[in-house]
Amino acid sequence: MIADWIDVGPVQAIPPRGSRTVPVQGGDEIALFRTHDERVFALVNRCPHKHGPLSQGIVHGHAVTCPLHNWRISLETGEALGDDRGCTPTIPVRVDAGRVLIARAALVAAAIAA
Amino acid sequence: MDFQGQVTVEESSRDAVPAGDPRPHLVVVGNGMAGCRAVEELLAREPGRYRITIFGAEPHVNYNRIMLSPVLAGEKTFDEIVINDHAWYADAGIRLVTEDPIVTIDRADKTVSARSGRTTAYDKLLIATGSDPFIIPVPGRDLPGVISFRDMKDVGHMLAAAAQGGDAVVIGGGLLGLEAAHGLTLRGMKVTVLHLMDTLMERQLDEAAGWLLRTALEARGQTILTGADTAEIVGDTHVQGVRLKDDRVIPASLVVMAVGIRPSVALAREAGLEIGRGIRVDDNMVTSDPDILAVGECVEHDGQVYGLVAPLWEMCRALADGLVGRPTGYRGSVTSTKLKVSGIDVFSAGDFSGGDGAEDIVLRDASRGVYKRLVLEEDRVIGAVLYGDTADGAWYFDLLKKREDVAAIRDVMIFGQAFASGGGQADPKAAVAALSDDAEICGCNGVSKGQVVAAITGGACSLDAVRGSCKASASCGSCTGLVEQLLAITLGDEVQAGPKTMCKCTSFGHDDVRREIVAQEMRSIPEVMQRLHWSTPDGCASCRPALNYYLLCALPGEYVDDQQSRFVNERLHANIQKDGTYSVVPRMWGGLTNPRELRAIADVVEKYNAPMVKVTGGQRLDIFGIRKEDLPVVWADLNAAGMVSGHAYGKSLRTVKTCVGSEWCRFGTQDSTGLGVKIERMAWGSWMPHKFKIAVSGCPRNCAEATIKDFGVVCVDSGYELHVGGNGGIKVRATDLLCKVATEAEAMHYCAAFIQLYREEARYLERTAPWIERVGLDHIKARIVADAEGRDALAARFRHSQLFSQDDPWAQRAAGAERDQHAHLGEFRPLVLEAAE
Ligand code: SRM
Ligand SMILES: Cc1cc2nc3c(=O)[nH]c(=O)nc-3n(C[C@H](O)[C@H](O)[C@H](O)COP(=O)(O)OP(=O)(O)OC[C@H]3O[C@@H](n4cnc5c(N)ncnc54)[C@H](O)[C@@H]3O)c2cc1C
Ligand code: SF4
Ligand code: FES
Repeated sequence: MIADWIDVGPVQAIPPRGSRTVPVQGGDEIALFRTHDERVFALVNRCPHKHGPLSQGIVHGHAVTCPLHNWRISLETGEALGDDRGCTPTIPVRVDAGRVLIARAALVAAAIAA
Repeated sequence: MDFQGQVTVEESSRDAVPAGDPRPHLVVVGNGMAGCRAVEELLAREPGRYRITIFGAEPHVNYNRIMLSPVLAGEKTFDEIVINDHAWYADAGIRLVTEDPIVTIDRADKTVSARSGRTTAYDKLLIATGSDPFIIPVPGRDLPGVISFRDMKDVGHMLAAAAQGGDAVVIGGGLLGLEAAHGLTLRGMKVTVLHLMDTLMERQLDEAAGWLLRTALEARGQTILTGADTAEIVGDTHVQGVRLKDDRVIPASLVVMAVGIRPSVALAREAGLEIGRGIRVDDNMVTSDPDILAVGECVEHDGQVYGLVAPLWEMCRALADGLVGRPTGYRGSVTSTKLKVSGIDVFSAGDFSGGDGAEDIVLRDASRGVYKRLVLEEDRVIGAVLYGDTADGAWYFDLLKKREDVAAIRDVMIFGQAFASGGGQADPKAAVAALSDDAEICGCNGVSKGQVVAAITGGACSLDAVRGSCKASASCGSCTGLVEQLLAITLGDEVQAGPKTMCKCTSFGHDDVRREIVAQEMRSIPEVMQRLHWSTPDGCASCRPALNYYLLCALPGEYVDDQQSRFVNERLHANIQKDGTYSVVPRMWGGLTNPRELRAIADVVEKYNAPMVKVTGGQRLDIFGIRKEDLPVVWADLNAAGMVSGHAYGKSLRTVKTCVGSEWCRFGTQDSTGLGVKIERMAWGSWMPHKFKIAVSGCPRNCAEATIKDFGVVCVDSGYELHVGGNGGIKVRATDLLCKVATEAEAMHYCAAFIQLYREEARYLERTAPWIERVGLDHIKARIVADAEGRDALAARFRHSQLFSQDDPWAQRAAGAERDQHAHLGEFRPLVLEAAE
């Protein structure tokens, strides 16, 4: 049986207030974020502004500041915060027993869409 | 202290129903907190309805398990934590069987059998077996001296070990582990806590509160190692230590494992009851067998399992209501936690990680060591973390449980119930206006409201002016809000805006933050945020890089750089490009190069298919289009040819531009190329408030453009003119002449002193040009030219800090440091995931 959730590794593999990436063959790269309060979020690794790699931004609260032109993006909704307008797709992710799991359906969709 | 309850010795092995007792028989498995409480609740409703037998695995009467921590710490005796003594069981007609665990349930026969062989028939069975401590499956876990922290027996072992003194290791920095560590410390052991995560009690606390807790525990002599992953417990016949995955060995004669608990479900599973994470029960605590109930930590209700007592009190009420035929139903619980370590107050409740649309209210009072954070969603409290002052924990928890609308009090509720409801004044201004004249506003400097108002009416029209004239809010700043309100009340609209704050996370400006970091000898970003009352839990992309720099500058060699507080270029030691790839600029000392370097660059360009290579405006070569994963290997190749990072990405020394000089040029007066190389060797690698560029020209024709550099040298026949504060970028500024010196050595010495002055005094992201315009050239001259001793001291501090920064970051990365920054976590190919770890 193929599981609905894919284990991508332990939470600790993502630096606190940092990010790691998971490329999707034929699709959009995914950025996983770990916040100060030990939550994990996943977004498509692409800023709604000019496609900056969000994984390389500074993570603060539940937001990331894009490394290219400093837009702030909500990790919860993928929406640009403040006066900027735009949205990055979020990817369903959860943590179980210290492992980070991504929804397979979202990955497959990402791969097909691209 | 008497740990031993009496053991009720039973004669027969088959229990007969006492003649003439027609009541249904309720048998309880587990004489712990939930099992006994359920019986108490039942007795309170209908005392005579059931005949009751309780089996307990432990040799004790029912005691308060949560008070084992104070027993270990020596604050309570066992007798003081007994909930129900033998007389209670006797009075209630309950038969208690201790030290005889139930081993099987026969549901067809409706009997249970105990380890002693005794079989007992039931009409209703209640399972309340609690939890089993989780033992991490590492080699050596069975060695004598490795214990858990669950019952009185464990406490007995710990006390025996503590009597011998020596080292103890507690694995697990959660509630239980920290309470064990505290008790063992008080009992005289040298305790090390190993915690896998980076924040203590991460499930209850955020990073800020976790840092405060850690600091307080370290001050009490405990060693706290976070990110510590246990590999093995070592020892021959008894535990001798713990080996971590990074091969460190921590000596220990006692190891306490407190990494978590698992519902104790073995008995129920054997009996074929439905099990999820715990024994599945409905709202009346009935299992998949209608005659078997379960309660406490062993159950799963509505997908939840609990590890605290409050939920089980609620479960026990619902259970008793059901048993007497008046079901009310249990609906799940919201929980709160407190740490029972005397003198350290920690409270946490609900969901403090926030969700969509959640908002934080943060209060930090450094002088009292207080951190409070409320998480609100749609004007309702959904979570709270309190450190240092937990008096209002109950109030916040109540608001949370009742889901009360707090819109009317949201601006003041962080100050506590007393303040928020103070005479019904929900308006903070009104509350401050209502304070009496002698009410203390600034605790650090003992300034009363009357004195602050007097300062304001005496002409202090801004926060800064108040700080200057009466000292209120000039120290820790926790009363800044109050002073601002007094300004507004007293002056109405005339309040003058203070100096620009660093960012929205703080009311302090750069200079204040910097001064306090040095004065209070702060050592980490969370510490600065706490002491200076940051209003966000972990800052933002503006303040974090600044704080990281200020700490690095204040504590050379000691401060551990926070990579996550650096802009991507400095974190990856390369310049990010618009397509997310990076450019790589190796250092070319003074603009000089040679065939070996050029060949290595050419090879890299070919090997990694770099789409472009370009000569920069800084006299060196830039290789474009390198992916973050490939950076370490590219650097390894460049390192092999002797090249190091050019810091083209850093708030640090960029280039030292030189001209040909006396070596070749027909006009050259001095060896400008040679001096440029020497200066670059001296200054490379140093972190600064902003980028820093140097140039050395061999004569006043100035081909190296030294007079638009941060530090420029123009060689003349009689020596070296030193120029400072030039800028060729957005706003061109020509340098000011600082002074003239006679020798190369002096030129370098003044350069070192000037860089250090800039490093210590300029604000983060302020280049030398705006800095000098702000502080004035006279100030620079006074410090560098007039004050010889000061100059020497500055230069000495610069050279000292360089001891720790001239370590090529590329070489470190090429050797595997910070691998996480470069490697993907995994790669997804449709239907499979290739883990990179
Ligand atoms: C590569 C280079 C252009 C080139 O191909 O020649 C360059 C490239 C960038 N410059 Fe520059 N500057 C380069 C020489 C210069 C010079 C000329 C010089 O140093 O002699 C100047 C004017 C001199 C000066 O700084 O006073 C210059 C003034 C700036 C400025 C404006 C600074 C200012 O204070 O006004 C910025 C913006 C900033 O730093 O905020 C900037 C920023 C940048 C950034 C870092 C933009 C960015 O933030 O991403 C560009 C990075 C591209 C990349 O990834 O490499 N660059 N930049 C030069 C690298 C020199 C080197 O070897 O390290
Ligand atoms: C040191 C410590 C400190 C704590 N501090 C707090 C705190 O501050 N706040 C808080 O809310 N919670 C705290 N807890 C958690 C709290 O004690 C538990 O939530 C509570 O005890 C659970 O009650 P229970 O009846 O489900 O399990 P228990 O109290 O563990 O009772 C289960 C009993 O069943 C017995 N048993 C198991 N199997 C069998 C069997 N087959 N036959 C017969 N008997 C059996 C066990 O021996 C045990 O006596 C603490 C726990 C510990 C260990
Ligand atoms: S001038 Fe500098 S910052 Fe502007 S495009 Fe050229 S390299 Fe980039
Ligand atoms: S690409 Fe993200 S801010 Fe411009």
